[in-house]
Order: sequence, then C-alpha cells, then structure tokens
Amino acid sequence: MLDDFFVRALLVGIGMALVTGPLGCFVVWRRLSFFGDTLAHSALLGVTLSYTTEINMALSVFVISSIVALILLKLQKKTNLPADALLGLLAHSSLAIGLVVIGILATIRFDLMGLLFGDILAVNVNDIAVVWIGGAIILIVLKIIWKPLFASTVNYELAEAEGMNPEKYNAIFTILLAAIIAISIKMVGLLLITGMLIIPAAMARNLSDNPNQMVIFSIIGGLLSVIIGLFASLEINTPSGPSIITSGLILFILSLTKIKKKSQLNN
Amino acid sequence: MTQQNQTLVKLENAGVLVNEKWLVRGVSLEIKKGKIITLIGPNGSGKSTTAKITLGLYKNIEGRVEKFTNKIAYVPQKINIDWTLPIRVNDFMNLTSNLKKEEVETALETTGTPHLKNKDLKSLSGGEFQRVLMARAIAKKPELLVLDEPVQGVDFNGEIALYELIKKISDTLNCGILLISHNLHVVMSKTDHVVCLNGHVCCSGTPIDVANNEKYQELFGKDISKILSVYEHSHDHIHKIDGTIEKKEN
Repeated sequence: MLDDFFVRALLVGIGMALVTGPLGCFVVWRRLSFFGDTLAHSALLGVTLSYTTEINMALSVFVISSIVALILLKLQKKTNLPADALLGLLAHSSLAIGLVVIGILATIRFDLMGLLFGDILAVNVNDIAVVWIGGAIILIVLKIIWKPLFASTVNYELAEAEGMNPEKYNAIFTILLAAIIAISIKMVGLLLITGMLIIPAAMARNLSDNPNQMVIFSIIGGLLSVIIGLFASLEINTPSGPSIITSGLILFILSLTKIKKKSQLNN
Repeated sequence: MTQQNQTLVKLENAGVLVNEKWLVRGVSLEIKKGKIITLIGPNGSGKSTTAKITLGLYKNIEGRVEKFTNKIAYVPQKINIDWTLPIRVNDFMNLTSNLKKEEVETALETTGTPHLKNKDLKSLSGGEFQRVLMARAIAKKPELLVLDEPVQGVDFNGEIALYELIKKISDTLNCGILLISHNLHVVMSKTDHVVCLNGHVCCSGTPIDVANNEKYQELFGKDISKILSVYEHSHDHIHKIDGTIEKKEN
C-alpha cells in the first residue's frame, strides 16, 4: 500500500494536520502568525546547510529555526524594538543569508520552487516515519506543557505569579514550532507552512466557544484540507501543496456562515 | 502548616528600577498567615509594583524577597482576554489548577456568580469579571492571596459585600492577604496592618496609627486625611452580593 505515491502523500498530510491543528491554535491565540513565517524563512538557511554538510534536512532546519527563535526571544528582552520589527529583521536576513549561500554553492542543482512550495507527492517511506514519529513527540510534549502554556497565553503575569513558569514554557513552545516546520518543510514548503498552522485554527475559532473545542475543530479542518486538497490535485492536476491550503481557505470561508459572533449582545 | 503567625512572604528593603526610574524603593513588609495587609497610596505610588515584587514578577530587584509558600493566588488589577481566544468562565477557573466540578461551583457561589459558569469570559461586565477573578483565586485555596484593587468596577453595595467576602476568606482559609485599596480613605476594619506608599513607605501601622500619622496627613492634606474612615462592619444586617440588605437575626 505504501508503494502508492498518493497513499504516502495522504499519510504524511494526515500526520502533519494532526500536529498543526493544536499548535496552530496556540499560534493564533498568541498572535504568532508572523513568527511562524519568520521561522519558515529561516528554514531556508537550514536547508542550504543540509545540502552543504549532507546532514539530514529536517535536523538542520530544526537546529537553525530553533537558534533563530531563541535569538528572537533574547533580542526581545535586550532591545526596545517591537516584536514585529525584530521578526522582519530575522525573517529577511536569514532568508537573504540562505540565498547568498545558495549563490556561493552555484555548482549544486537546487530546486528552489520545491523548497518554497514543497512536494508532498514525492515523499518516501522515510518521510512518513519522520512526520509520524516527530509529530508524536511534538504532540506528547505539547500535552505535557499544555496547562502552563495555556495559562501563560491567557495572562502571563497571572501564570507567573501562581508559579507556572511561563518563560520556560514559551521557549519550549517556540522549539515545538521550529520542530513542526522542520518535519514538514519537504511536504508543504516554506511559504505554505504557516498557512497550515493558521488557516485551520482560524476556521476553528469561528466555530468554537472554548479552547478544547477549537483544538478539535482545528485538527478536523486540517485533515479535511489535506484530504480534499490532495484529491483535488489528483483529479484536476493542480500543485498539491497550494491545493491543500486552498481547500483550507474554502473551509474557512464556509465557517464564516456559522461564526460565533463577537458581539456581546449575542450571548 | 496551620499554625498562626507563620510568615508567608517577607520583603526587606525591596525596590524596582525600571528605565532608570525607581518605581518603588525601600519597602519592607511581612505577610503572615491569617493576617490582612492593606496597601494604600496615590496613583503611581508603587502599590501594584509592591504587589508584583511580592509575587516575584520582577527579575531584578533591590533588596530581598523571601517566599515561604507556593500556594499563591493573584487577582490582578486588570486582565485583557484576547478575542482570538475562546474561553468560558469554567475554563478560566481551572487556569492554574485542576479543580473538581463542585469546587468550581462552590467558589462561584461564594462570589454570587454561579450563573456565569458557562458564559464566555469576554461577555462579562466589569463587576462580574472582578467576582469571577475573585472566585478563581478562592477556589485555589491559597495560603497567600494577593488582591490588586478587587473592588474596582463594583458598585458601593457590591464593594461592601466584597469586603465582607474578603473577611470571610481570611477567616475560613486562614490565608495571608495582601490587599491593594483603590480608595485612599477606606480601609476595611479587619485589616491588621496598613502600609501607606508614596514611592517609598510613607508610614505603616494599624489603621488608626496611619490615620493619625503626620506623614499621612501631609501626603493627602489635613482636611482630606481626616476622612480616613475605617470601614466598620455593622453586624445587625447582611449585605447580599446583589446589593439587597437582609436583617440579621440575633
């Protein structure tokens, strides 16, 4: 069964959606959408590193993204610049360094489009293992840190005052984000990864009135996006990664009709 | 752990420097089990800062803070819940602890808010939200309770009911309470110790001591300072949380 490229793509996509669902909720709650982007951009540097040193791509992306994330946490404390300026600085400079390194290594043939948009139809059995094992580890860690992380998301000072150690759990969460980017970069690419994190979670927000419900809807939204997107790409021969994101967008638009109103009059 | 006079937190000459400005400096105080300490002082005098020092929210401080308990509950001055986050009162109650269903309900009943349990946190009014914050803190059964202006946004009758509630919490849980008063001139009668701040400790002592203290009178003007009315409970009736008054039978 695993011989079939479409089945492999489905397995990888489903594995990813199970992880991006809950992580994406935290990305939305913590207003980190642009942060995910920054990590994804910095991943390019990780990819070039893996080409030059021949170490595993997921591993080198994970290392570079984690370093960039931790640099950001440090810079936020040291400087007076707002978070979005620092994110822009890191995103563009790491992307630029990545491209410069590619330029230096002009002898290596490089599939830039593949990196930016991924190729889920080209995954092998190894990739399935990386996504499912890596994904399981991410989910287990997230489950363990859920309570303090959620408390610090709601209110940092309250969490800290009551001994939840938010600084530590924020750092762990940041590393989990780097990890999901590392394991999924080959499948959906740099540019679409934040889409997988944000769009299902945004859709889920429209349908939920409590955090657990939002996580479940976010996972379901991600799974549907993967399944619909992949079948669509097979039927009408569209690029697979963008098709998954487009399906997510369509689900989001549909969810607008069922929106849980912001208005206070609506309780 | 239940013995009286057990010190929960001790501040020695504590101060915080932020952007080359002292938010507050030279604060020493001690919170003991079963005691209520009230902080008063004008805006910007460092009341909230002192509370945050006590809670350990500042990393680099002058002086020393010693904590002898980890069972702490905090009712912050304000809390913004982001619209991106769907959260009900029930979820909020369990934010930093795992409570049983009955524990949540009992705490909400104590603050007169059991009907809000499944409401969206963002749909609450200011006063309702204050009470839910309070219920969450009580439900944790803390040893140290820090209340930063818990009566703000609550009308006068509600304010009295909340003070009664704080007294009840202090009696039943036997916890130490650090209370920040938004009103310079009203200090609840059960207060054991008042600290008047103005960037530093202006004066401290029992409510009567502070009211008669020259520095206190200087800070707020003789005429105004006279109205420091120590709120005394009248024991012939009960103020219910919804504002109605019920005769107490003796």
